[in-house]
Amino acid sequence: MGWLFDAENWSGATGIPVRLLEHLAYTWLTLLIAAVIAVPLGAYVGHTGRGGFLIVGLTNGLRALPTMAVLILVVLWAGIGDLPVYTALVLLAIPPIMAGTYAGIRAVEPATVDAARGVGMRERAVLLQVELPNSLPLVFGGFRSAALQVVATATIAAYVGAGGLGRYVFDGLAFQEYDQMLGGAVLVAVLAVLVDLVFVGLQRLTVSPGLRPVGTGGKS
Amino acid sequence: MIEFRAVTKRFEDGTIAVDELDLVVEAGTITVFVGPSGCGKTTSLRMVNRMIDSTSGTILVDGKDVMSVDPPTLRLGIGYVIQQAGLFPHRTVLDNVATVPLLSGWDRKRARTRAAELLETVGLDSGFAKRYPAQLSGGQQQRVGVARALAADPPVLLMDEPFSAVDPIVREGLQDELLRLQGELGKTIVFVTHDIDEALKLGDRVAVFREGGHLAQYAKPAELLSAPANDFVASFAGRDRGYRTLTFLRADVPVREVTTATLGSTVTSNGWVLAVDENRRPVGWLSPVDGATEVTADKLISGGSLYDGSSLRAALDAALSSPSALGVTVDPDGAVVGVVQADDVLKALATARAAGEVPS
Repeated sequence: MGWLFDAENWSGATGIPVRLLEHLAYTWLTLLIAAVIAVPLGAYVGHTGRGGFLIVGLTNGLRALPTMAVLILVVLWAGIGDLPVYTALVLLAIPPIMAGTYAGIRAVEPATVDAARGVGMRERAVLLQVELPNSLPLVFGGFRSAALQVVATATIAAYVGAGGLGRYVFDGLAFQEYDQMLGGAVLVAVLAVLVDLVFVGLQRLTVSPGLRPVGTGGKS
Repeated sequence: MIEFRAVTKRFEDGTIAVDELDLVVEAGTITVFVGPSGCGKTTSLRMVNRMIDSTSGTILVDGKDVMSVDPPTLRLGIGYVIQQAGLFPHRTVLDNVATVPLLSGWDRKRARTRAAELLETVGLDSGFAKRYPAQLSGGQQQRVGVARALAADPPVLLMDEPFSAVDPIVREGLQDELLRLQGELGKTIVFVTHDIDEALKLGDRVAVFREGGHLAQYAKPAELLSAPANDFVASFAGRDRGYRTLTFLRADVPVREVTTATLGSTVTSNGWVLAVDENRRPVGWLSPVDGATEVTADKLISGGSLYDGSSLRAALDAALSSPSALGVTVDPDGAVVGVVQADDVLKALATARAAGEVPS
């Protein structure tokens, strides 16, 4: 573990802070792009109830794709750079987010949705004011599992010459510097936990106290 | 006023849920749709606010064809209460009630003020405003559901089995509350239930539906019991309908005197003695004894139901349920005024019959 606490590794253009930020940047942008694609799709299918088979097929299909193979394919097609990394990671992040959103919307009590329409909400309002807020716990579940996978898998960016914490893992492997490799792996794990904690915080802030299990929250 | 003109609903699989329904719901009254499951009562209700569209026929709400208005706009003008309330779990009680005013374009402050007023109207104190539906009992949720439906002051209220998921005692309270509210507000209410007792209690008029979406009878509750249109209505109205008919009869039953004694006093009587508290409210009966007795709580036999002068049914029940066979009669403050006897009730019924008030 000496490598991890060596001050020399914490500074400079290839230091741990820089790699951490690179790694975080991959994660955030990946989740953002995946969300823009997966949330509306999951929400639309969940709301209309049409095309549920599409969600299941798409998520299963994407989950079966080996991320490494996607990465190399896109490198062969578009060359080294960020594009192959994001393509591979976004394809990885879409299934859990889409499945979470879809499941969240489907799980909203039918009586609640019936009441929403019955009091005069238009379809848009039914989705935005009732279905989405009530599906947030499951939507967050999807995001958290996507985030964990992306943080862990973003290491392969280094495999095609990009940055991130994966550098330590692949360089360590190449130079047989196993303490560097282990240090990189530990950093990835710690980062995954921290990112998850951020999501827990976000969830606390955005999910209505009315949706917490009775007796555990919600001031009375 | 709501008018059904030859309204039919045929589902895609060919089943006919409602068959050529003709019916007028008078403004300012409660009309109850009652019948067994699958009789089309809920479908009929949901066609009024277009949660379901009719296959043919016309439904007019205050003279306007519902098909000429787009559904969300139509629904904003019609209160809607459903089973188990259907509250929005992520919104506080206050925001649930403010939903319709906000959708109708009121500003937030005015909507919330209105919502707070309504919570009071339905009997929930302001402490409930900030709670979430999951923190409320079934009865409280249903009150919030009613408040939400009333929020934008719609002239018409549709209630789809609103009280069926709460226990009988709470349900009775909610029914009384609805009648009290209706006394103040005078809405045009369509109320769906499968419970004939609820229908008879709440309805100014009751529409009995039977399987296949046929209207079996549409009449006032008393008429439904005393003159059922056919065997279906007679059997649906139940075995006790002779007894229940008494609910709708108000006749003079002679009120007799009774020996009363306050708790702690000493009484001499060879008949039943009614023990009362300092406000003359009944607390129990003392069975006949020889000689002077002190009236103490441990000697008392608890009494039956009380007769408040409302109906012959209440009078008869008071007499039948009392251990002394004397039905305790009370004034509006709950103080004892006397007792009624079962045979007097039956005599009053015979007199009413002779006068032609009750079809015999």
